[in-house]
Amino acid sequence: MKTESRLEKVLASGQLAVTSEVGPPRGCNIDIVKEKANMIKDHVDGINITDNQTAMVRMSSIAAGVALKQMGLDPIIQMVSRDRNRLAMQADILGAYALGCNTMLCLSGDHPQFGDHPMAKPVYDIDSINMIKMVKDMRDEAKFQGGADITEPPKMFIGAAANPFADPFELRVMRLAKKVAAGVDFIQTQCIFNTAKFEEWMKQVVDRGLDEKVAILAGITPMKSLGMAKYMKSKVPGMDIPDEVIDRLAGVDKDKQAEEGIKMAIEQMQRLKECKGVKGFHIMAIEWEEKVPELVEGAGLSPRPKV
Amino acid sequence: MITAEQKPLQEILGYIAPYEKILVVGCNECVTVCAAGGRKEVGLLSSAIRLNSAKAGKKIEVLEHTLERQCDPEYVDQLAELAGQVDAVVSLACGCGIQTVASQYPIPVFPGVNTKFMGASESQGIWAERCMGCGDCMLGITGGICPIARCSKSIMNGPCGGSVNGKCEISPDVDCAWQLIWDRLVELGLQDRYEELVAAKDWRPAGGGGPRKIIREDLASSKIITEDNA
Repeated sequence: MKTESRLEKVLASGQLAVTSEVGPPRGCNIDIVKEKANMIKDHVDGINITDNQTAMVRMSSIAAGVALKQMGLDPIIQMVSRDRNRLAMQADILGAYALGCNTMLCLSGDHPQFGDHPMAKPVYDIDSINMIKMVKDMRDEAKFQGGADITEPPKMFIGAAANPFADPFELRVMRLAKKVAAGVDFIQTQCIFNTAKFEEWMKQVVDRGLDEKVAILAGITPMKSLGMAKYMKSKVPGMDIPDEVIDRLAGVDKDKQAEEGIKMAIEQMQRLKECKGVKGFHIMAIEWEEKVPELVEGAGLSPRPKV
Repeated sequence: MITAEQKPLQEILGYIAPYEKILVVGCNECVTVCAAGGRKEVGLLSSAIRLNSAKAGKKIEVLEHTLERQCDPEYVDQLAELAGQVDAVVSLACGCGIQTVASQYPIPVFPGVNTKFMGASESQGIWAERCMGCGDCMLGITGGICPIARCSKSIMNGPCGGSVNGKCEISPDVDCAWQLIWDRLVELGLQDRYEELVAAKDWRPAGGGGPRKIIREDLASSKIITEDNA
C-alpha cells in the first residue's frame, strides 16, 4: 500500500469502489457539508469535496474535508491549478495531510471566465499532469517540486479526472497515458451519458494496458429532469448527451422524470459493472445527494466493504 | 509586433484637462502598423482634442510629432525642443515608448493607447495574440503553436477536458491551442511527440524572476558596461 487511503484499500481488495461528492456552501455553514455527507456516508468509500467548482467561490475543499475527517469519514480533497501556484499547492497538501486527508484529486479547473470572479488573475502555474507528478514526488521521493527534501512527506493517494467525451477523441486515451506516466493512482471520469462512446474509450484504455496501472471510476450523474438533460447538452462544456437520453426522459410524465433518471443511472452502472477495466463508480448527484443510497443499492453495490 | 488600441477620448481629455499646451507623439513602428499610434492617428487625435476643447470653451494648443521609434532614447532625444515648449505629452506609443519619453523629460507624459499583446495579423484589421515572451521558447516541441499564449490555461500537456469541436471552453470564438498543436503534429508526422511529458514551466525567464533585461556586451558601449558593473 502506498497510503492509508480507504479508497486505495477498497480498490486493492478487488471490489468495485464507490465515491461520490459534496459541493461545499457559498458561506460559512459547515453543517451543510456535514448533512450532505451524512446522507451518503454509509454508501461510499470516499467523498469528494469540490474546489471552487465552476470557478465560483465556495468554502475551501480542505477545510470541509477536515470537517468530514473529524466525523470519521473519508474525504477526497480536490485541488485546481487555476487558483494556486506550486508554493500554495504544496503548503496546502502538507496541511491537508497533517489534518488527516490522504486522498486527493488533481485538476486544472474551469476557467475563471465561467464563474463569479471573471476579473480574477488565473494562476495555472503548473497543469494537472505536472500537479500529479508533484504530489507523487512529494509522496514517493520526499521531495518538493523545487527539489528540496521534505521531512515527514504527505502520503496522498492521487486521483485525476478524464473526459472521454472531449475533443480530439484520439487524444483522450493518450492524455490518460500521460497522467499514468505522471503517477496517477485513480481516475474519476466526466459524467457518462454516451455509454457506447465510453465503452469504446475504455476498450482503447484496456488495449494499451492502462487499466492495470490506474483504477478507473466511471462518472455517473442521474438526470433529475428533461430540463436538466437539455441544459447539460447545450450549456455544459465537454458534455456528450445523446438524443436517446433526452427522448427517454421526454417519453415519461414530468413528475416521473426524476424516477426515470434514477432508473437510467442504475441501468448504466449495471451495464458498466461488466465493462473491462472499470474499477468502480464516481456518483455525481448534483444537489441530489439524498439519492446516492438508492443508486448504490439499486446497482447492487451495497453494503460497502469494511477495509 | 506589439499591438495597441487607442484609449477612449474622454480618458485622454481627463488627463490633459489641467494643461494649455500639449504635445501628441506618435511612433512609426508597431503602433503605426496596427493603426493605433502612427502619424495618421496623431493627427486624428490632435484634431479631436482641439475640437472638444473649443466646444468646451477651453483654450489649448496641440503640437504634433511622430518619432521613428519611441522605445529608443536616441530617437526620443529629438523631442527635446518640442518638449521644452509644452506642459504635458500624450504618447501614442506602446508602454515601452511612453516610459522612454517619460524617463527623458521632466513633464507629465500620459498614455494615449492601451498596449495589448504581442500578436500577428490574421487578416486586414484583425490581430491575435501569438507570444507571451516566456523567455524559453517551446514552439520547437509544439508544432509551432504556442500553448503559453494561445491556451487559455497555458497548459503544457493539453488539451484539457473543455476542448470541444476544436474550440476552447471559454468561447466558441477561441480556437483550442492543443487541438491546433495536435493537428499540426499529425500533419508533420510527429504524433509520437505528444506523449512526452512536458515538465512544469520555469517561469523565471518569463518574468517570474523579476523585471527582465538583455545585456549584449558585444553591442553595448564601454560606457554603459562600466556603469552597469559599477
